[in-house]
Amino acid sequence: MADAVLSSPFFGLTLTAAAWCAGCWLQKKTGLLLCNPLLIAVALVIAVLSLLRIPYETYSVGGSFIQLMLGPVTAVLALNIYNQRAILKEHFLPVLAGCLVGSLTSVGSILALCKVFHVEEALTSSLLPKSVTTAIAMGIAESHGGVAGIAAAAVMVAGITGAVFAPLFAKVFRITEPVAEGLAIGACSHALGTTRAMEIGSVQGAMSSIAICVCGIITSVLALFL
Amino acid sequence: MNIMAEIAIICGICLVSEGISALIPVAFPASVIALVLLALLLFAKILKPEHIQRFSGFLVANMAFFFLPSCVGVMEHAPAILRQLAPFLLISFLTTPLVYLCTAWSVQWMIRHARRKGGGTNG
Repeated sequence: MADAVLSSPFFGLTLTAAAWCAGCWLQKKTGLLLCNPLLIAVALVIAVLSLLRIPYETYSVGGSFIQLMLGPVTAVLALNIYNQRAILKEHFLPVLAGCLVGSLTSVGSILALCKVFHVEEALTSSLLPKSVTTAIAMGIAESHGGVAGIAAAAVMVAGITGAVFAPLFAKVFRITEPVAEGLAIGACSHALGTTRAMEIGSVQGAMSSIAICVCGIITSVLALFL
Repeated sequence: MNIMAEIAIICGICLVSEGISALIPVAFPASVIALVLLALLLFAKILKPEHIQRFSGFLVANMAFFFLPSCVGVMEHAPAILRQLAPFLLISFLTTPLVYLCTAWSVQWMIRHARRKGGGTNG
């Protein structure tokens, strides 16, 4: 009986949705920045799977349905860009320049730090695309001898860091221009950071969506030369 | 528009993008092609925001949720990551604010510079 229940897609779907609700509830209750719903929910799902010794493949029977929606989720970011077309037109050059600076900084700093720490080549290739959105990052990592799963992990760390600390970064670095703030969030922490950027403001959210797209393309091109 | 029609439009765009992604010789993710396609359709006024408003609204409002299974998937690669945990975490954490800083400052500088230059005309 247990097998039939676990191997049903409803197991992964129920667990994911319930963990998400628990994460949201905890965030509301505590108001803590670090109680990011995603962070809490991921920890909860991993804890449940580990404690009950349920393999990841069993969970992903249902989980893959949710994962499938990442395509449409990325696609509809186009609507954010369209709705902010006036601001995009006004700041076309800063948008392009900012994304180029962001992508170069990301790739350059990762290469430099990997040299400093004598990181294995496979890990370096996996870390390289960590500031771009998961789908692009996995592709870049694999085509350069990295491991897609590790790339996804690094992308998640970068994304969660950005989603949690974005407001703090703006304060510490004295960023007051909404366009600059949005682009920076998208450049350093892709779609996950964008979820936070949209909470901060609609201009930030749109700029962050634009940065995902532009940085993703620039980084894919940069990676071709490495 | 009918919600099912909205789902058909968005999923259809994703489907076409998968095809394009398979056709082009370089590895380029289908989701980004879908984003570009949808943006083109909107800017060309072939699609109106109202045509995809409700499904898009649902997806965007719950965006972080859809990343959950991918994040959980990290547990699959725990041994490989644990072997080099310190550099992995350090590099992933440190470079994020650095990229933020460089991007935000360069954009903020450009915007303010342009504003100072155009200050006479724009008030």
